[in-house]
Amino acid sequence: MDLVLQLLFTGIGIGAVYALVALGFVLIFRATNVVNFAQGEFSMVAAYLMVVFSVDLGWPYWLSFLIALAGMALFGVIFNLGVYYPLRHRTYLPVIIATIGASILLSNSVLAIYGPQPQVLQGWFDTPGIQLGPVYLDSQYLLIIGVTILLVLFNFWFFEKTLLGKKLQATSQDKEMASLLGISVSTMIMITFIYSAVLGGLAGILVAPVLFVSIQMGSTIALKAFAATIIGGFGDVAGAIVGGLALGVIETFGAAYISVPYKDGFAFLVLIAFLVFRPQGIFGERVAEKA
Amino acid sequence: MSASDNMIPAPAVRSKPLIIRHLPYFIGAAALVALAAGMQFDGYILNILLQATTFSIAVFGLSVVLGLCGQINLAQAAFFGFGAYAVGLGTADLHLNFWLCLVGACAITLVAGAFLGMSTLRLGGHYLAMVTISFQQIVTLVMINAIGVTHGPDGVANIRRPELFQSSQSYLAFCVAMLAIVGYLVWHLPDTKLGRAMRAVRDNELAAGVNGIDVFRTKVYAFAVCAVLGGLAGGLFAGGFAYVSPDQFSFAESIQFLTMSLLGGVASPIGSAIGTGLLILIPEWLRFLKSVPGLYLAIYGLSVILIIRFMPDGIWGFVSDAFTRWRARTNAPPVAGALLLKPATTGGDIVLEVTGLSKHFGGLKAVDGVDIAVKRGSVHALIGPNGSGKTTTLNVLSGLYKATAGKIVLDGTDITSMAPHQRTAAGLGRTFQNIRLFRSMTALENVEIGAERPGNTMIGKGDDALTERAMEALTFVGLGNRANELISSFSYGHQRLIEIARALASNPTLLLLDEPAAGLNSTEKLELHELLKRIAAQGLTILIIDHDMTLVSEAAQHITVLNFGRRIADGESMAVLRHPDVVSAYLGSE
Repeated sequence: MDLVLQLLFTGIGIGAVYALVALGFVLIFRATNVVNFAQGEFSMVAAYLMVVFSVDLGWPYWLSFLIALAGMALFGVIFNLGVYYPLRHRTYLPVIIATIGASILLSNSVLAIYGPQPQVLQGWFDTPGIQLGPVYLDSQYLLIIGVTILLVLFNFWFFEKTLLGKKLQATSQDKEMASLLGISVSTMIMITFIYSAVLGGLAGILVAPVLFVSIQMGSTIALKAFAATIIGGFGDVAGAIVGGLALGVIETFGAAYISVPYKDGFAFLVLIAFLVFRPQGIFGERVAEKA
Repeated sequence: MSASDNMIPAPAVRSKPLIIRHLPYFIGAAALVALAAGMQFDGYILNILLQATTFSIAVFGLSVVLGLCGQINLAQAAFFGFGAYAVGLGTADLHLNFWLCLVGACAITLVAGAFLGMSTLRLGGHYLAMVTISFQQIVTLVMINAIGVTHGPDGVANIRRPELFQSSQSYLAFCVAMLAIVGYLVWHLPDTKLGRAMRAVRDNELAAGVNGIDVFRTKVYAFAVCAVLGGLAGGLFAGGFAYVSPDQFSFAESIQFLTMSLLGGVASPIGSAIGTGLLILIPEWLRFLKSVPGLYLAIYGLSVILIIRFMPDGIWGFVSDAFTRWRARTNAPPVAGALLLKPATTGGDIVLEVTGLSKHFGGLKAVDGVDIAVKRGSVHALIGPNGSGKTTTLNVLSGLYKATAGKIVLDGTDITSMAPHQRTAAGLGRTFQNIRLFRSMTALENVEIGAERPGNTMIGKGDDALTERAMEALTFVGLGNRANELISSFSYGHQRLIEIARALASNPTLLLLDEPAAGLNSTEKLELHELLKRIAAQGLTILIIDHDMTLVSEAAQHITVLNFGRRIADGESMAVLRHPDVVSAYLGSE
């Protein structure tokens, strides 16, 4: 029982990271109708930025953190202009392929600069964790869970209560109508990419002390996050979060009770099961019927 | 220009047998095989050639699934690896016959490809991309971790070749021969029924469905063909190099296959071969890049973005595009005879019987308990103000929407729960209000897809009969002389006529026309009216939706009027148009 609780805690912690990246996926998907296959690389790039500022240059952690996030905002702008924007009038397939190209370009550029050895990034807190009854709560996991809860609340407030959020929603639902109402669609899409890059970056920086900072961390996280969006119901914000948490838990238990080397395979099996038996996911895909 | 007074007899469009026409290809291929067998290469060149040959076959697979059918596969290296391990483990560990292993490689990849395709291809394209990436990762995980079976990271050594091709030189010749055969098949696939179906699915899934194509099955076929070609290529690769290891079949290799395919031109095997050749040779020339890990793949990633943006059809697409345009101008289409429509008459006097048909979207009752009975040989109009449920009714009739309640009987067959392509096979033809043609094809090819409707009794066997039927339909609507032009070069009105020709070529039992007069000018409307008369004169039953009251009242004998999803009037044309409810629905009541 103690082990179960411990695994549950770890699972939710890692699931929160998947949820954050999945949220970034969903936001871009709803704004542009394409899936950004370089979403995981957003996390990877942010983690390496942290390594550059905090480890290599020795800047304070909080400063490195802020500069890394600012860097991710800029990165979102460049990504939009370089990859999505030129292809915005084409069908989804060229855009998907271009984002895959971007993902390969990013991870291998970092590999060319930093080499294959994983980097180590310290956690935010000096204390490694606290013992709560039978369960050991790792401080970094606590931080991840806390930040995720805050971000989910912020996300809700931002999209439901602010004018900018409403404009973003309008853009994702009907671009033509939104532009007729005086909303600049390209600006809204730009904001979505920035927000999504910062969100992905945040996830990368938070998870970096738990995993290693490596070239592969991006694609691994992205695969899980994508599986999470399908499990939750494609395009659904709540679905992305629930799906991410569920996947984190399933994977942690799978690794503990079934097999460690195949840990990364459980996401795929769950994904296939959902595709076959409930392709619309837990909450249902938010795609309207059309003729 | 009417075809009924076109008295030129149809000349037999007999062409020379395929084998004779394609003889140059086989002579060229034989010469290449002889060259591969006869020339003395040193080991290094031999290895490069062997790699290029086997990789090309795998990239052919991508040209089928991505180029022809528009579906993505990011796990081609995994299928390639399946094939390689089947031959590797089969010959080295189990001491099985090479040929048996090669067949096994194809069989395994067929099953894996079909399963993966069936689980995902009903859903949108982004699912397929992610699922194939995941699959690729799993395969790599298994190759590395299932050490008992795969030898893990050590890989499989001592892979044997067939007795017949023991020397590297002869094995290369054998691989070149395989490349030539597979290349021939892939090259001609677009002109077969399956190939046309794949292109139709790529261009417009909805229109493909209502033209009798089973969209899901076509996609699964394309995916499975791609997987099998990957497996075959992998099997040949394993025999060629005698040693395989997991890193040769990683996600990076899948991306390399994709880049090869995109660079050369995704639509054709020639492009695949060009792309593969270039991406194997260029890195050999730029070996110094390999000294920095990652640099090499980073350049691949960048090239993918640049190719997609600036050269979406690849090198060969660029060249062949110019050629196609030139051919369309010079290649005069064959002259065709008059189009014969022989609607099937298995049912009774009523061709289409709709009872209690409803379609609800959540709380909105778009169509609510509508009855329609269309008499055989009549022109029946369905009219109503905007938002009255006309197009929804048509979409339920052709199967794009599932009916919430009610029953649809076409010529004695209950089609209520059939998929769109099955209804088409049962004898339904339709056009769309917002034109849905296959835009990358010529007018003739569009109409050929219509003519290929399963159950069309009006075409004989073979491609010539198909072309003949399609030409007849195009000539019937007055566009026979422009058959070989691409859709984009036709005016809006002419595109509409091509859509009608596509439906007519299938010799439907009932033709559904969705606002055929929308967007036409007055001359075009008159021509459309004449066309409808000529169609009706051959006894084909028509159900037409339109706003143009002149067209409707002159063409239709019978009218059903909808308002707010309900039938408010039904009967003989003139009587219905004078009906007080109809007048108030259109003009408002006092």
